[in-house]
Amino acid sequence: MSEALLAARGIRKSFGEHEVLRGVDLDVRRGQVIALIGPSGSGKTTLLRSLNGLETPSAGTLELDGGPSLDFARPVPKAQRFALRDRSAMVFQHHNLFPHLTVLQNVVEGPVQVRRVPRAEAEARALGLLERVGLADKRDAYPRQLSGGQQQRVGIVRALALGPDLLLFDEPTSALDPELVGEVLTVMKELADEGWTMVVVTHELSFARAVANEVLFLDGGVVLERGAPRDLFTDPQQERTRQFLHRILNPLD
Amino acid sequence: MDWALFSSSFWPIVRGGLTGTIPLALASFAIGLVLALGIALMRLSTHPVVSWLGRAYVSLIRGTPLLVQLFVVFYGMPSIGIVINPWPSAIIAFSLNVGGYAAEVIRAAILSVPTGQWEAAYTIGMPRVTTLRRIVLPQAARVSVPPLSNTFISLVKDTSLASLILVTEAFREAQNIAAFSNEFMLLYLEAALVYWLICTVLSFGQTRIERRLERYV
Repeated sequence: MSEALLAARGIRKSFGEHEVLRGVDLDVRRGQVIALIGPSGSGKTTLLRSLNGLETPSAGTLELDGGPSLDFARPVPKAQRFALRDRSAMVFQHHNLFPHLTVLQNVVEGPVQVRRVPRAEAEARALGLLERVGLADKRDAYPRQLSGGQQQRVGIVRALALGPDLLLFDEPTSALDPELVGEVLTVMKELADEGWTMVVVTHELSFARAVANEVLFLDGGVVLERGAPRDLFTDPQQERTRQFLHRILNPLD
Repeated sequence: MDWALFSSSFWPIVRGGLTGTIPLALASFAIGLVLALGIALMRLSTHPVVSWLGRAYVSLIRGTPLLVQLFVVFYGMPSIGIVINPWPSAIIAFSLNVGGYAAEVIRAAILSVPTGQWEAAYTIGMPRVTTLRRIVLPQAARVSVPPLSNTFISLVKDTSLASLILVTEAFREAQNIAAFSNEFMLLYLEAALVYWLICTVLSFGQTRIERRLERYV
């Protein structure tokens, strides 16, 4: 397998009394697609958000190839948190596009304002990316003028524009109308095929099955089971995993 | 009704509005808004002392009459050796006052911007100050136009209080003419009319600004 990109060890996170993550290990290699699945409240979103500093774990370590290396047992210096954040980009469940900026402005905002890329260069790159997801003609539209699927594709382009090492997806299709899910998953599959490293929190088991190299089933703040999607979906070892998969695949039972 | 007096006094009152009321309101509002943004950010600070200072300021301004604030600046400060002329006194008092009220408006507007916007900005690498400037404030601005317009219209009318510290504005012009003509009813109604005209124009302006900011929501 290819080289390691990220190694998380013993990640814990509490919100007040409630312990959401109770010691999770996660390894991500370059070019790998990892799907995090599990019931709501299992901690999968919190784990994802810990990977870019949106959440600060209460304990554990997080190491990225080429830095930074964080130990959450001690207060994390801002510079380290920012260094962590700058390695990844995130696609949100509710896209979180900036409503007062056009599609193109949304995409170049990070490169121009933060990375100091010259505007013309950033826009040319952004248009290329928009072209790829079929939205170049929407460059001057405002987010509210787009469909949910289009908004989410712009969200993906905004993340790509930063050229991150790691793409994080937080239930990117959960808020979409069913007929719009496909267009977003298609883009994500293409990214995976191109070799982007992705960690995806998802309920789309068929997507996880087709695209992910590894699936982690989280429950109660721990990784209950992990493995290749073929193994985990067809022959789960844990009773909880079996129940969960059964409930998702047969909601009427 | 004395139409001759009405028409001969109309221009002086309007001139008082143009050279007194409106510049006074504009200057105080501009300074007050800057102050308000600072106070709002203080109130939103996670630092307890900073946030407490912001709260104390708002409480002090909202808990005391504007007229008293004006008198403290103009008549009170000389007692401790600080003499301030009428115009600067009025601008100081009105700015401080607007700062207190508008701070609450701006604070609420900032809080109305969803957390997801802060998070999205964070994930594209933005520092907090840039996020505030580029992402949050433009969206908060849209929300705060109606309540801030209210504050501004109140301010325009409140500037009539400056007549009590010798600032020549619309109401003071009316008072002067009333004093020598003895036509109090006529002159004060005329002053009221001029304020009403100014505020009507401002309301049109508010609608236009709202429309301009509406295009993306």
